[in-house]
Amino acid sequence: MVDLSVDLGFLKLKNPVLAASGTFGYGLEFAPYLNLEKLGGFIVKGLYYGPREGNPPPRLVETPSGLINAIGLQGIGVDAFAAKVLPKLKGLDTSVIVNVCGETEEEYVRVVEFLNGLEGIAAFELNISCPNVRQGGACPALDPGTTFRLVKAVKRTSRLPIITKLSPNVTSIAEIAAAAEEAGADAISLVNTFLAMAIDVGTRRPKLANVFGGLSGPAIKPIALRMVYQVASRVKVPVIGIGGISSGADALEFLLAGARAVEVGTANFVDPDASLRVVREIGEFCERHGIQRVEELIGKLEIG
Amino acid sequence: MMKDPTARIATVERRGDYRLFSIETPEVAGRARPGQFLMIKVSSQPDPLLRRPISIHARENGRLEIFFQVTGRGTEILAGKDAGDTLDIIGPLGKGFSLDERLKGMRALCVGGGRGIAPIYFLAKELREIGALPVVLYGGKTAADIPLRAKFEEAGLPVLCSTDDGSYGFKGFVTGLAAREITSHLPAFLFACGPDAMMKAAARLAQSAGIPAEFSLESLMGCGIGACWGCVKRIRREGQEGWVKICEEGPVFPRSEIVWPEED
Repeated sequence: MVDLSVDLGFLKLKNPVLAASGTFGYGLEFAPYLNLEKLGGFIVKGLYYGPREGNPPPRLVETPSGLINAIGLQGIGVDAFAAKVLPKLKGLDTSVIVNVCGETEEEYVRVVEFLNGLEGIAAFELNISCPNVRQGGACPALDPGTTFRLVKAVKRTSRLPIITKLSPNVTSIAEIAAAAEEAGADAISLVNTFLAMAIDVGTRRPKLANVFGGLSGPAIKPIALRMVYQVASRVKVPVIGIGGISSGADALEFLLAGARAVEVGTANFVDPDASLRVVREIGEFCERHGIQRVEELIGKLEIG
Repeated sequence: MMKDPTARIATVERRGDYRLFSIETPEVAGRARPGQFLMIKVSSQPDPLLRRPISIHARENGRLEIFFQVTGRGTEILAGKDAGDTLDIIGPLGKGFSLDERLKGMRALCVGGGRGIAPIYFLAKELREIGALPVVLYGGKTAADIPLRAKFEEAGLPVLCSTDDGSYGFKGFVTGLAAREITSHLPAFLFACGPDAMMKAAARLAQSAGIPAEFSLESLMGCGIGACWGCVKRIRREGQEGWVKICEEGPVFPRSEIVWPEED
């Protein structure tokens, strides 16, 4: 029997596979398709303090091996989450992580203050990297100084560990990761989506009402992997790899590159049980190769 | 809702751009209601990435049927499948049309434009099951765009056709035909599925005739199961407007809730 558990220091996961925020609803949507308790955990859709309307449609464009979305973080807000969703999640034997959003530093802090005392949340993932909610794809994770201040402010308030989710739309993602670590982030997750667009040549209009969106899916995996490797080489806190993972082999690439866990995102749309398939395939790989603990593989990329 | 990765295509009919598949998927078929849809994986490769939402056309002899038009890469790949191939499907998804017992003995106009006719067949048959009197109005651009006409007739369902060019039946839009039918014999209910402009016009007809109506909306979908928030339409409930996921809360909505987009 392979030991698939991984230790993030602040949180022990039964396996390294988390379902990514924004691709897994509030978790319950997936209960008909898989046993949620077989996952390492899942990260619920980003929450602002209040309900949020999101962007006008069209919100999606399919591109080669990819998907551009501009949902704009439509969501129910913390009150409805605490009243209607969390009670149904809290008995689950898996790690439920809440993705935290904010228009301003104050809003991030308010969301964390509200959720702090509630039972059933294992950690917060700080969403400072959504490209669809500010003008021109801007987000706090584009700048090391802004990242540092925001993480610091949230860390001061939070009673739970903070995973900081980074944007790939920067020149040096390792520098942003270092700023988040210095501010006290307990872990770094990367990458959020790549700022992207698509045009209808017939109408000469952008295919998304928001003009820009975020590209995800298998198309981004090689770039995400490179960034995860760079960040894992730079910071000491655990790194969670995200970007186009849809198989056990994909996940293993990220673990070898230094990620201690991974998030499965867009693949959940294609196959609602994709995250569980990734867990199973990691186990099968380990068995085939006589690996007793999946942690033995983390960061074991051999170069030269 | 469930996933069936080995739904077997039993028969395939090809008519120009249109395809009619019957699919063996007993559990999904058993749960299906008119107006619901399937998410179908068209390729085992990552490109094209997403499943395609395809409405359920019929349930015949325990098989599900889909009727679709080739409109892009996804449906083109799907159209290339043959009898004996397997499909990976998720379904039945969404909420379907209301099959209200109070429609018993009442006339119900079922309006389908182009490929929007697909769910209308299942709907009309189920309406007849509950004792309602469905009348199908089927519109297409030309006579080649109403390939299901004979199927409705063979099922004994009253069907009136329109073509934009007058090559078959009523000359003009199917909403012109609907206006004529409403005037000649006021129905108790109107159901419609088709292009937005057609449904918007049908909604206006229903409103001025003072009859309740339901419309099946269409959108690109990322997942079909309520997880991506990609397929939203503008919906008004209790005076509040918002973007509502049609995969989960639709695709069928009552006329009173739909906020139709302004024309460009």
